[in-house]
Amino acid sequence: MSVTDSELLTMQGLSVSYQTVEGPLPAVRGVDLVVRAGEVVGVAGESGCGKSTLVSTVLRLQPRDAAVSGLVEVLGQDVQTISWGDLRALRWAGASIVFQGALHSLNPVQRVGAQIAEAIRVHEPGLSQARVGSRVTELLEQVGLTGARGRAYPHQLSGGQKQRVMIAMALACRPQLIVADEPTTALDVMVQAQILDLLGDLVRDLGVGLLIISHDLSVLAEVCDRVLVMYAGRVVEAGTAAQIFTDPLHPYSQALSGAFPRIGDPAARYAPAGLAGDPPDPRALPSGCSFSPRCSRAVDRCSQIDPPLVEVAAGRPVACIRVGEP
Amino acid sequence: MNDTDPADGPLLESRGVQVEFVARSGHAARALDSVDVSVRRGEVLAIVGESGSGKTTLARTLVGLQRPTTGEVLLEGRPLVYSTRGLRRLRSRVQMVLQDASASLNPRQTVYESVAEGIRLHKRVASDVQGRNEGQLVAAALAEAGLRPPERLFLRYPHELSGGQKQRVLIAGALALRPELILADEPVSSLDASIRGEILALLLKLREELGMGVVVVTHDLGLAWNIADRIAVMYLGRVVECGTTEEVLTAPKHPYTQALLSVVPEIEHLEPVVLTGEVPDPSRIPTGCRFHPRCPALADGSAESVGVAQACRAEPLEVLPATGDHRAACHLARVLSTTERVG
Repeated sequence: MSVTDSELLTMQGLSVSYQTVEGPLPAVRGVDLVVRAGEVVGVAGESGCGKSTLVSTVLRLQPRDAAVSGLVEVLGQDVQTISWGDLRALRWAGASIVFQGALHSLNPVQRVGAQIAEAIRVHEPGLSQARVGSRVTELLEQVGLTGARGRAYPHQLSGGQKQRVMIAMALACRPQLIVADEPTTALDVMVQAQILDLLGDLVRDLGVGLLIISHDLSVLAEVCDRVLVMYAGRVVEAGTAAQIFTDPLHPYSQALSGAFPRIGDPAARYAPAGLAGDPPDPRALPSGCSFSPRCSRAVDRCSQIDPPLVEVAAGRPVACIRVGEP
Repeated sequence: MNDTDPADGPLLESRGVQVEFVARSGHAARALDSVDVSVRRGEVLAIVGESGSGKTTLARTLVGLQRPTTGEVLLEGRPLVYSTRGLRRLRSRVQMVLQDASASLNPRQTVYESVAEGIRLHKRVASDVQGRNEGQLVAAALAEAGLRPPERLFLRYPHELSGGQKQRVLIAGALALRPELILADEPVSSLDASIRGEILALLLKLREELGMGVVVVTHDLGLAWNIADRIAVMYLGRVVECGTTEEVLTAPKHPYTQALLSVVPEIEHLEPVVLTGEVPDPSRIPTGCRFHPRCPALADGSAESVGVAQACRAEPLEVLPATGDHRAACHLARVLSTTERVG
């Protein structure tokens, strides 16, 4: 098997349901997803669409009350059933996660270098102090910081620098798969561009697989090979980044794509595009297509038929009965 | 109120505003360094820049939350009065909608209480020409902010609301005072893509229907393209380029604006110019043009080729005036525009 087409992450029919006092809450409903080495896959969707729940299952980090069904395989191991010891070995060294709100995930009273070193020590307990130190320096340089920055406390770093530290930490044990949950939210455009460049370089140089979660389709368009759009726990469309960004087929993807105007487009002047309404409550999903109450193209049939994900063209699955109709 | 026609002049303006923060070490950081901006009634002004550019400090200074070290802020041509009474009068006319709606609402206050607070403080019931009571004013403000039917939300707490609803409650709180100007700091940066358009449309509607002036502070150039009439681009405490939205975003003159535009994520766009590093420390403002250490035009020799490289490093630039034409504070842009005119 060649390295480039090996599947680092495979999700098949993944469903996650939380037990709440008001009954079961299905957060993820039957998601299929594959990330290969050297590939960047993006998942787009708004808050509550289940994308963070999806991330949590990659390393079995979901809360205890979550019922998971379907398959999650990381480097060929069934994450949801392997032993605790195997799972520990897989975390950090096989796959690592850059969490959302990374800016607040660093320990404020510990130097950032020491925080990176901690992950290395846990996984390679035999490594000498000096070796750990040089590895930390190497990691910091890999993410575009100087080794001396390791002496800094989080408050002495800017948002972009903290995000770089988080990425260095994720790389600490040389994982093959990296998952980044909203890696650039709360960062400026210029810093965002720097971080996206960095992530792209790492995938190219290290040949890792990268799964990026974001509510911002334009961020995904910039770095991803493939993008999946999620709505109410389901994938409603998938395709190449360019297809989803410039030629979305599902009305929801169209709304997401339209939310970010092309600067210079006269049609977007004084006409911000939006989508009325809020995402549905997962405990009380609308009948038929769960997007139909907010959909501008909905017809009567939409509230009766829950559309399956159908390939309308090669590599373009879309869950909408109106695609292709006038 | 002024007897002369105030509609002609700017509603709110800053003149030569400087704000310095002095650290314990005695180092002074100049967050704002001579800023002239102005906004008229019914106009949408976007102040754009990266973190550390001073855009939030400028916003705070414009609404009187921050006193300028030198220079002044004028409301209809009159300098702000920083007494309790003066500020209270200012707040009833100029309202700020803070960044991060979740953090700005009191979690233990209902929607009704949050909106009614300003109405009580500013005694809006007594001054309402239609003789409405407090409940009616709160309902009207919520409805104007697009929360309908408003009564259903009265007794809700912030944690029961979605992000978009929280943002609307904040805007309703500002609207309840019938301000002439609303200043919104990053109004949509924490919101989902689909809600973003709705909030921006709401700001435009307030301008259309109520004739309000709107100032938005943002790092999002797409937002500016969506709603702003004019743009002021800030870098390290100065306005480095200003003009109408069309001018600044489709024909940017300053290399900094050009770089900002080039990194807006899109598929087919300009060759991205990703600037290295971040906005420098405002206690150590570079000599000459404050952008020169990061300037791509200086690095690639285009400044050298027209003979301004020395000026970029040593000669300070003029402060851009608040009103008028499309202008950039840049040695290179100045030379290029003169040669254009000659040619």
